[in-house]
Amino acid sequence: MSGEPVLEIKNLNVDYGLGDQAVRAVRDVNLTLHRGEVLGLAGESGSGKSTLAYGLTRLLAPPGVITGGEVIYHPENAEPYDVLGLDDRGLRKFRWAETAIVFQGAMNSLNPVHKISTQLNDVLEAHEPKMSAHSRTARAREMLKLVGISPDRMDAYPHQLSGGMRQRVMIGMALILQPQVVIMDEPTTALDVVMQRQILGQLIELRERLGFSVIFITHDLSLLVEFSNRIAIMYGGRIVEEAQATALYRDSLHPYSAGLLGSFPALRGARRELTGIPGSPPDLKGMPTGCSFHPRCPKAFDPCAGNIPVLGNPDTPDGSARTVACWLHPVKQPVA
Amino acid sequence: MTLSPDAKAPAGEVVLEAIGLTKHFPVRRKLRDLFKREHDAVHAVDDVNLTLRRGRVVALVGESGSGKSTVARLLAQLYPRTAGDIQLHGESTRVKGGRPFRAYARRVQMIFQDPFASLNPVHTIRYHLTRSLKIHGNAGTSADDLERALADLLTRVSLTPPERYLDKFPHELSGGQRQRVAIARALGANPEALLADEPVSMLDVSIRLGVLNLLRDLKERLNLAILYITHDIASARYFADETLVMYAGRMVEGGDSESVTQAPAHPYTRLLIDSAPDPDRIHNMLEDTGDRGNGEPPSLIRPPAGCRFHPRCPMAMPRCTTDLPVRLEIGDAPGHWAACWLYDEGTVAAQQPGSAAAADLVNAEGTR
Repeated sequence: MSGEPVLEIKNLNVDYGLGDQAVRAVRDVNLTLHRGEVLGLAGESGSGKSTLAYGLTRLLAPPGVITGGEVIYHPENAEPYDVLGLDDRGLRKFRWAETAIVFQGAMNSLNPVHKISTQLNDVLEAHEPKMSAHSRTARAREMLKLVGISPDRMDAYPHQLSGGMRQRVMIGMALILQPQVVIMDEPTTALDVVMQRQILGQLIELRERLGFSVIFITHDLSLLVEFSNRIAIMYGGRIVEEAQATALYRDSLHPYSAGLLGSFPALRGARRELTGIPGSPPDLKGMPTGCSFHPRCPKAFDPCAGNIPVLGNPDTPDGSARTVACWLHPVKQPVA
Repeated sequence: MTLSPDAKAPAGEVVLEAIGLTKHFPVRRKLRDLFKREHDAVHAVDDVNLTLRRGRVVALVGESGSGKSTVARLLAQLYPRTAGDIQLHGESTRVKGGRPFRAYARRVQMIFQDPFASLNPVHTIRYHLTRSLKIHGNAGTSADDLERALADLLTRVSLTPPERYLDKFPHELSGGQRQRVAIARALGANPEALLADEPVSMLDVSIRLGVLNLLRDLKERLNLAILYITHDIASARYFADETLVMYAGRMVEGGDSESVTQAPAHPYTRLLIDSAPDPDRIHNMLEDTGDRGNGEPPSLIRPPAGCRFHPRCPMAMPRCTTDLPVRLEIGDAPGHWAACWLYDEGTVAAQQPGSAAAADLVNAEGTR
């Protein structure tokens, strides 16, 4: 795991709508993705995790507006540049070839009236026009083999494949141009646990072989702990805690992270009463003042309702490697 | 248990029982099948036995497509069954509609997966609950009675104060609150059994436990029998007294939740448990890529002969491909069984080449 950054998100803000009516879906997010790592992004629905992913790839559909911030991409052998400042041509080059995205429902992401081979071919045709038809087919076959689908299924239509196979095709399609960054937006929620484990195992294997970085978005924190390097937790559009997966699991600092971790019944160990988190996720239109988690927080005290906590390194032994935004943990060094 | 009007009924009394329950869905026939004698069918549920008792939760665990929702719908009499029997308090029941169905629904209620779809968006919470109370005759005789019953229902599902929720529309509530309304609506019939078909899988992680704890609380206070259908075996362990595992339309293992999840006997149950995310097993996704039965469930139009799991099973034996396994006691805990030949001593012994049992088996095959 080299410490070299590949994608740096700085103070990213995303709104839906304009003016007073705007819903602030992502607020002041700072996040760095390093080369070759799996960064998990966890949060409930409405916490802004998908909006963040669409924002940084500039895929936001209209009422969504990026109102501020920078997304610095570091190509392998070139100068870093700001994705948010790219023109249409630059963006076309950046998307898929540098950063690919696997969407939530693979069932709906493939075109039902075209064969798999046609859809893989289209990607190559659009992004590498100089490639010959023969080498395009060869590349597509190779990619399918890589994700564990026998190449003789090339001429199948999406409905002839099972859910797990379609998801594999989507992953293969995302990797076909060998991007540096792959963003996966809940790629396995529609799948069974057995299939989920197979696909994730394969993804990890591919990452070791091809060396890309992954931003993995999900609401299943127990899954992330097991297979990502670092985890960032979002709540109400902000990142509330970020740490190494093990550190977050063993000793989470933010009460929301602790609550999320305590929401999964364990398969092993003693059976104990769990409570989940009381209340319901905040309405982005009427955010509570101060820390947006304070109405549900069991440890809320005086400053929580009035002031927004700053994200920064806490005053703990491993404080330099993690960040948290909570008044319980005074910040030594705020994140710029 | 003092709050319930039915608290006199002893806990553990059998409410609803399925015996050899089977459901085949016919497949649309094509022209070339015109002269075929046998008609294709999807074998969605085959020979399922389960018992719901008062004050107990039974979990039904399986992948999507394993037939677990079909079992719930059969028990709710939403589908006619192909074979087998459903007994309510020991009496065989088959209802199609009209009054008998209402009478049945009064005693057996269902909660659906998606609270966004199961509540009508153009009606208020008051309307939903009033309908349930009136249809099932629990609305009382005066407007005051009704008002009291409504408030009581909402209080039971912890939506307090009730006035704040009664005149809201479903879209004004969060997912967890909507599911609570759906539960309140089911309780409006004052049922004896609740069939909960993945009641929390559409909800946010942080509020799932709240709804499960509510259901458990209701089970205890109202002495309900609950069938909890889920794909998450960890939540079955947390919530249910008894767990049944289904694969490709058949029950493969059952017993009390603790022994099924801690000492899984059937290879499929082991696969399910190994596949569930476990934070204590950090970064070993690559280590356990051994053969644990990866692959996909079979087609249910022509399910595999013998054990339906045998094409994926790492421990499959010749007998598994031909003979349907019977329920065999595991012996580690009372009532823990698995439908797997691994627990039949004769079959396992036959695996050792040259053994007497193997010879016997060959002879037996020959004479058949």
